Amino acid sequence: MGVTLTKAAQWTSSGTGKLELTPMNESLLKEVLRSVEQLFSRHPQESEHVFEEPLQWSTTLVASDFKTDYDISEFNVQSNEKDSEGQPLLRLSPPTVYVRSFSQLSKLLHLAADKKLEEARTCLEENRDALVKILGPRFADILEREDTQTDPVDEDTSEDSEVKVKLFRLLQNMDQQLLSKLLEEISEHVRLDPAAANSDVESLKQFCRGGDGRLLKSVRYTSDYEFSNGCRAPPWRQVHGEICYLITEPCDTEDLHITCSTGGVYLNAGIKQEGAESGYERTSDTYTDLPTLLKSRSPYFAEHINKQMPKKDSTSKTQSKSVQMEDQGQPQRSQAGKKKYEPSPRWSNQGLVPPCGKVEENNPGREKSGKKKQATGAKGKLKAEFSLSSLPGRMTPQKSKTLAGAMELSSDSSTEDEDEEELSERRLQIQIEQSPDYWLIYKLVKFLKRGDQTATVLCLCAMLDLNLMQEGCQLDIWDIGGVEVLLNLLDSDEVKCQIGSLKVLRKISHSMLICQTILDMDGLQSIVKILDRPYKDLKALAAETIANVARFRKARTTVRRCGGIEKLVKLLDCLPTLANMSPNQEKDVEVAHCGVLALWSCSKCNRNKEAIRVAGGIPLLGRLLRSPDVNMLIPVVGTLQECASEECYRIAIKNEDMIKDLVQNLSSDNNELQMHCASAIFKCAEDKETSDLVRKYNGLEPLVLLLGKAEDKKLLAAATGAIWKCSICMKNVAKFQEHKALESLISLLTDQPIDVLINVVGAIGEFAKVAANRGIIRKCKGINPLINLLTETNQALLVNVTKTVGACAIDRDNMAVISQLDGVRFVWSLLKNSSTEVQSSAAWALCPCIENAKDAGEIVRSLVGGLELIVNLLKSTNIEVLASICAAISKIAKNKENLAVLTDHEVVPLLAKLTNTTDERLCLHLAEAIGHCCMWEGNKASFGEAGVVAPLVDYLKSNNSAVHYHTTMALYQLSKDPNNCITMNEKGVVKPLILIMGSDDEKLQEAAAGCVRNIRLQALAGKIPPPKKISIGTAKRCGKGL
Amino acid sequence: MAHISLLKRKAIHALAETLSKQVEHFNETEVEALIGLYHETLGESAAQGGAVTGLDRNRFRMLLYHMFGMTDDMIMAGVFRTFDKDNDKFVNEKEWVKGLSVFLRGTLDERIKYCFNVYDLNNDGYLSKEKMFNFLKDSLLGQPSEEDPDEGVKELVEMTLKKMDHDHDGRLSFDDFKKAVKEENLLLEAFGTCLPDTTSIEKFEHQVFPKQGKP
Repeated sequence: MGVTLTKAAQWTSSGTGKLELTPMNESLLKEVLRSVEQLFSRHPQESEHVFEEPLQWSTTLVASDFKTDYDISEFNVQSNEKDSEGQPLLRLSPPTVYVRSFSQLSKLLHLAADKKLEEARTCLEENRDALVKILGPRFADILEREDTQTDPVDEDTSEDSEVKVKLFRLLQNMDQQLLSKLLEEISEHVRLDPAAANSDVESLKQFCRGGDGRLLKSVRYTSDYEFSNGCRAPPWRQVHGEICYLITEPCDTEDLHITCSTGGVYLNAGIKQEGAESGYERTSDTYTDLPTLLKSRSPYFAEHINKQMPKKDSTSKTQSKSVQMEDQGQPQRSQAGKKKYEPSPRWSNQGLVPPCGKVEENNPGREKSGKKKQATGAKGKLKAEFSLSSLPGRMTPQKSKTLAGAMELSSDSSTEDEDEEELSERRLQIQIEQSPDYWLIYKLVKFLKRGDQTATVLCLCAMLDLNLMQEGCQLDIWDIGGVEVLLNLLDSDEVKCQIGSLKVLRKISHSMLICQTILDMDGLQSIVKILDRPYKDLKALAAETIANVARFRKARTTVRRCGGIEKLVKLLDCLPTLANMSPNQEKDVEVAHCGVLALWSCSKCNRNKEAIRVAGGIPLLGRLLRSPDVNMLIPVVGTLQECASEECYRIAIKNEDMIKDLVQNLSSDNNELQMHCASAIFKCAEDKETSDLVRKYNGLEPLVLLLGKAEDKKLLAAATGAIWKCSICMKNVAKFQEHKALESLISLLTDQPIDVLINVVGAIGEFAKVAANRGIIRKCKGINPLINLLTETNQALLVNVTKTVGACAIDRDNMAVISQLDGVRFVWSLLKNSSTEVQSSAAWALCPCIENAKDAGEIVRSLVGGLELIVNLLKSTNIEVLASICAAISKIAKNKENLAVLTDHEVVPLLAKLTNTTDERLCLHLAEAIGHCCMWEGNKASFGEAGVVAPLVDYLKSNNSAVHYHTTMALYQLSKDPNNCITMNEKGVVKPLILIMGSDDEKLQEAAAGCVRNIRLQALAGKIPPPKKISIGTAKRCGKGL
Repeated sequence: MAHISLLKRKAIHALAETLSKQVEHFNETEVEALIGLYHETLGESAAQGGAVTGLDRNRFRMLLYHMFGMTDDMIMAGVFRTFDKDNDKFVNEKEWVKGLSVFLRGTLDERIKYCFNVYDLNNDGYLSKEKMFNFLKDSLLGQPSEEDPDEGVKELVEMTLKKMDHDHDGRLSFDDFKKAVKEENLLLEAFGTCLPDTTSIEKFEHQVFPKQGKP
C-alpha cells in the first residue's frame, strides 16, 4: 500500500495534498477498500493490532450513524472495543474521527456504506503517512523501501512484534497486488511504446560519435535493466506511462535528465537512484519527441539538427516533400515560413499529433545528418582556431553557436534565413525590442567571430559608430552573443583587437545586464590581466571598463580576488603636477585617471579599501590630490571620502596633509568635487586634530559658503555634515560664528531631505553648547522647527534632535518656549522608540528640560504613564540607556510628589539591581539617582534591604571624582538609616570618606563628614562594634566642615 | 662589420652626417648604424657578384620578414613601393633611412601618409573599393551559407567605406583616410598591418643601434 499510495496515486500538484479526481485514483481507492475489508475478514488477529498512532480525518459520519458496540453520547462516540490501556479504538468528536485498528477501520467503512469511497479518500488524504501511523516509523521505512530481503523480526523485541510483522507482510502483499492491478488497468488505455523510445535513443547515440563535431556528448539510460515489456522505468512509474529515463550530456549546457513517457518526453528533476521520489517530478513542458526537447534545451543541438534535418511537420507527407526540395538544392523559404505555423509541442502533446512512431520515421534521415556533421566537424574546428574571437576558454551557448556557424561550411541547405529566423525567435522569447541596428550588429558580431585581425579591427570600428550607450543597442549586442566574442578578443594577443574590444566594452558596460554577463563569463579576469600589458592605451581602457563593471559587490570582489586592486594602484603612479608634460607623461596621467576611476568603483567595499591601502594606494592618491585637473580630482577625492570610513585612511588623510588639498578644493567651482571634499571632511573631522587642521587651512569659511548652494542636496548634506563634525571643536564654533553659520543652519531646518536635516540638527546641537548661541537659536526661531522634528521617524535624526533640544533647554528662556510647544511630551514619548540610542538621547534631553522648566513637577505629572515608562526602562540592558534614565530619575526625584510616584512604581529595587555594574558612567548616575530617591522616607531603609550599600561603598574606589561626589552624597543620605551605617562600617567606608573630606568642594566635605558622623553616632549608641583604627580625632583634623 | 673596409666606413660616416640632418627621429649614430645594416644586407649579395644599386624588392622583403615578421605579399609590395620614393625598383641609402624613420618612429601624421601610400597600389591617390577588396579578401573565413563567398568581404568594404568616406564619392581620398584615422586611431592600419608593433621595434632598435645611441 505504501508504494502505491506514495508513488502511484495521482496527488494534485498544488501541494494541498488532495487526491486528484481521476479514474485511476478512483479504482485505486476501490482496491484499497477491498483490501482493507479482505484483511479484516481473512486475518482477524492482525486486524486487531493497535496502530502506533490513530489515523484521524474529518469524517462526514455523525454520531447517529453509529450503532451497537459504540458508546454514544450526544455528538461524541467511543467504541466499546478498548486497547490494553483502556483507550477506545475508535473515537469520534465531530468532525474528526480517530481510528486505531484495522477492524475498527473496516467497521467504520461498513457503516459509511455508500460514502465509503469518500471516507477512504479523506482518510488517505489526511494521513499521507498512514503506514508510519499504523506500524511505527521503522516498519514503514522498510515497507517503503520494498526491501523484502530484510527481516525486521531479528531486531524487533517488542511483544506484539509477531503480529506486527505479519501485518507488515500483509500490507506488503496488498501493496504489490494494488500495483499490479493498477498496471493492468493502465495498460488497457495507454499506448506504451518502448520500442519507439529505444530506437529514438539509439539514433541519438549516433549523434554522440564523431569527436568535436558531435551533437551531443553522451546519452545513457539511468537503468540498464530492461523489463520484459521493454520499459526501463520501475513498475510504479510505468503506471504513469513512463518508459525510461535518460541522462544526456549536450555540448553546450549542463546534463539533461529526461523522462520518456507515452505522453511525450520531458525533463525530470534528476533521478539519481531509484526510489528517490522527488527526482521523477516533471520540470519542463512535455515535448513530442527527444529531438524537439533537445532542440529547446541545447541551442547547439538545435542549430545543427535544424540545418541537417528536414523540418518536422505533423504529417509525413509534407516532410517527404521538404526532403525533396532540399535535395533539389532549392532555398527553403517556404519551409521556413511554415515553421511559424507548426503546432507548438504543447499542442501536439494534447493528442493532436501521434506521439510515438513518428520518431522512428525520422530516424534514417537523422542518422545521415549525424554523419554529415562528423565530416564537417574537423573543418569547422580548424576555422574556429583561425578566428581570433573563437579562442578557447568560454564555453557558453553563444560559443557553441560560433562553432556551429563555422560548420555551416558544407551544409547544403540554405541556412541564412533559418539562422536569422531562429535568432528572432529567441529574441521574441526574451521580449526585447529590436533596435534598427539589430541586423548590422548581428552581421558585425558574425564577422568578428570569423575575421582576422584586420577585419576584426574594421568591425570593431564600425561597432564604435553605433550608439553604444543606448540600451537597445547594448541589449542587441548581448542578445547576439557579442559580449562573449568581445571578451574572447581580450584573450588574444593582438593589441589593436584588444583596444577595439575594450573601446566597445567600456561603453556597453554601462548596462547592468552586460556587466553581469562579463562577470559571469569571467571577463573581469581577462580585463584585469590586460592591466599588465605594456601598452598605456590598453591599460587606460581596461581600467575604465573595470570602473564600469565594478558597480556591484560581486564584481568588486572579483577584481580584488584576481589581483586587480594592486594592478590598478600601480596605474596611479604618475606626476600630475608637472607644468610641461611630455606626451608620454600626459599618457601616464590619463592612465592614472582611469585607474583611479576603477579604484573609486572598487572602493565601495571594505576589503577593497584595505587592499588599496596594502598596495600602497594612499600616498599615490595623496599625490594625485594635488593635480590641478577637476576630472582627476573628482574620482580621487571620491575614493578618499569613500575610504575615509576606515580609521587608517582618516589617520593617513590627516598625516599626509591631505586636509589642505581637500580644503582648497572646497572652493572649486565644481559641485561634485566640492561635495566629495566636504564629505571627506565630514568623515574625518570627528578627530580633534583633523578639525583643527581644517580651521588652520581656513576651511571653515568655504564650508559656510556652501550652505548657500541649497539647490544641490547632496552637496548640502556633505557640507552640513562637515560643519557638524567640525563644530564639535569649540574653537571652530567660534570661527563659524564669525560667518554667521548658525543663522544659515537654522534656515535649513525645514523642507530639507533627511540627510541634510540630520547634519543640520547635529551641528546646531554642537553650536548650542555655547551659551550665546542658545539665545541665537531662540531669536532666529529655531526652536519651533526643532520641536516639529521630534515627530519624525528617522532614528539618526531623532538622536540629534533630542540632543539639540536638550542642549537648548539649558537656557531658561528657551525652555519656556519648549514647554509652550509641549516639547517635553514629545521628547518623553521618544523613550518608547525602538532604538536604544534614541531612548538614551531622549532621556539625556529630559534632564535639562526638567531642571529648567518652570513647573517641571507639574509637566511630568501631566504625562500619563510617563513615570511608569521611565522606571520600566531601568530594565533595559543597554548601559547608555540605563545611565541616561538614572540621570533623568535623579532630576525627576527632586520633586517630592513625583518621587512618591516613582517609589510606587518600584524604582528602589530596580535601581538596587543595577548596583553591581562596573561601568563608571552608570555608577555615577546610579549613585546620583539613589541619593535623590533617598529623599522619600522609607526608601533609605528599602535601599539598605535591597543591598545597595555595599556596592556603593565600592564605588569610592573609583578614580573618578564625579563618581565620588554622587556616591558620597548617596551614602550620606543612606547613613541616616542606622542599619545602613552598620553595613557601611563593615565595608570599611570610613577610611575613603575621610580622604574625601579633604576635598575642596564644601558640599562634598559636608556629606562625607555627615556620613561619618552618622556612623559614629551608631557606634556610640553601641550598635557598631568599636572601630579598629580610626578615631574621631583624625576625622576632625581632616574635615574642615566639622 | 669587419668586412666593410675603412674607406667605406668613412664614406658611411660622411653620408650619415648629411642624412641625419635631413631625417627626423634619428641622430647621427643611429643613421650610421642603419646605413651599416643597409650595406651589410647588400654586402651579402654583393659578394655574390654583380653591381648593386640598392636593395631590391626581394631583399627588402626578406628583411621585413626577418626583422618584423611581415608575411603578407601585397602589403610588403606596398611597403617597398612606399620606401622606393623615386620608383626605380631599388631602395637606396637615403630612401632606406627616411623610410625607416617613419616606419619605426613616425608621428601619427607621417604614419597616416605612409599607410595610405602602402594601400594606394597604383599611386593614384585614392583607395577604391577594388583596392580595399583586394586587401581584405582573405580577412574573413569562407562563408558557406552565401552563394557568393566574397559577399561578406564586400559588405565589410561597404561598411568601412561608409565609415571613412567623408566626401561620399565612393572611394577614399587621402583626406578621407586622414580624417577617419584622426577620429579613430585604430583605423590607421585599416587594410592590413604595415607597421611593426612595439615589441619588434624595440627588438630591432636593440639589435641595430649602439647601446648609448638611444635618444
